[in-house]
Amino acid sequence: MIRELEYPFALNKIRDLTVGQRVSISGKLFTGRDRLHKYLFDGGKSPVDLKDGAIYHAGPVAIRRDGVWVVKAAGPTTSMREEPYMAKIIEHYRVRVIIGKGGMGEATRNACAKYGCVYLQAVGGAASLLAESIKAVNSVSFLSEFGAAEALWELTVKGFRAVVTIDAAGRSLHKRIERSSRRVLEKVLK
Amino acid sequence: MRNGHWEKNLFELIRRTSVDLPSDVEAGIKRALKKERKDSHAYWVLETILENAAISRRNDTPLCQDTGTLTFYFGVPVGFDTNAIVAHTRAAVAKATRQGYLRQNTIDSVSGASYDTNIGSASPVFVFQQQARKKVEVRLIMKGGGSENVGLQYSLPDFSINANRDLEGVRRCILDAVWRAQGNGCAPGVVGVCVGGDRATGYKQSKELFLRRLPDRSRVKALARLEERIMKDVEKLGIGPMGLGGRTTLLGVKIDALSRLPASFFVTVSYMCWAFRRRGVLLGSEGGVHRWLY
Repeated sequence: MIRELEYPFALNKIRDLTVGQRVSISGKLFTGRDRLHKYLFDGGKSPVDLKDGAIYHAGPVAIRRDGVWVVKAAGPTTSMREEPYMAKIIEHYRVRVIIGKGGMGEATRNACAKYGCVYLQAVGGAASLLAESIKAVNSVSFLSEFGAAEALWELTVKGFRAVVTIDAAGRSLHKRIERSSRRVLEKVLK
Repeated sequence: MRNGHWEKNLFELIRRTSVDLPSDVEAGIKRALKKERKDSHAYWVLETILENAAISRRNDTPLCQDTGTLTFYFGVPVGFDTNAIVAHTRAAVAKATRQGYLRQNTIDSVSGASYDTNIGSASPVFVFQQQARKKVEVRLIMKGGGSENVGLQYSLPDFSINANRDLEGVRRCILDAVWRAQGNGCAPGVVGVCVGGDRATGYKQSKELFLRRLPDRSRVKALARLEERIMKDVEKLGIGPMGLGGRTTLLGVKIDALSRLPASFFVTVSYMCWAFRRRGVLLGSEGGVHRWLY
């Protein structure tokens, strides 16, 4: 069964999600990656209200046509690079949803459990498909400072697909797979 | 060299590479889908990947937003003007960026500024080789940062993974690299492995192996056997598509060897994501299309 999630993301709904559930997201998403996370971590002021919101680790391909931004491709980027910054941002802004690929580490997993946040994995590289679920570009911040790939894009999405891989109880599918594959690796290398 | 058709057809090569997944890769993903349970994450991911490939073709949009490092491999006849084709290629890259087939994806490493058209000191990358024939062969690989970041180079012996200077040591390196990558290289991908060479040629050769089609095997028998062995080993790991579990962790493995110094024994592993962007074209002396490759 696919769970419908809608912005703003209510804490009780987030706490209700468990690892392995597929979700379909509608409403606002904010993109952000390396430059933005470092900026927010260092105490920079967010130009948008991130409370009860979702940060999507992505740098879209966007072109401006007749004064309107069109997103042509927008899959997730590797989330692990934001691991040093993520926990503090979740705590400070009360972000409820992180979307990316590859999972995140212990600090983020603990912050998800403590403050009520989930990590969703979108299918890496599925950029055309995910771009189809983007219905509008509401605004873009830091475009000249960070460049198009690193800018903060505020998007309106409908039916954006992902799967819960770290839940608000602190369970992590990534951790589980890493451990089980390690056990097999050791056998194969014997 | 007059412009003729060069820039137009190099642009078309970039467009096709960005939006059109090669048929051998797509066939590999379809085969993998049959091995996964229908209610699994693996099945869901692979199905999404195939759907994405169809949408990219239909909407004429990039398969992946990380349009990556563009490496152009040129096979050129004797006396060919390589400076001119570099200029035409750069113009085609700039145009493809303006039209949204490429992301603004090139950063000044000192200032942090983003370049508008992807023309930088290491972008795009050119590899030239002289060939006896009159036609100009152009092959393009676009490789994103997620897959690039999981590449590794081992210096054997490596006691941390119990790898000695033999093919068993090479096997250990490859399996270690695949395990470390988990889903981060956008599994199921293809690994290119170079045994030997120096640090630079090792990486260069490991990436050139991505020009090979998925089903082929190394011409060196011992390496072909190792390729098959690795595929069997990797299937047991259970890392699966995007690292969410499942049987399909790799679509293929390509291994090649270069000579080395007595003191050095490098094993270099490059990872190519499932969004395996590889296209090629054979151009005539005026830059007209003779035939599309792959």
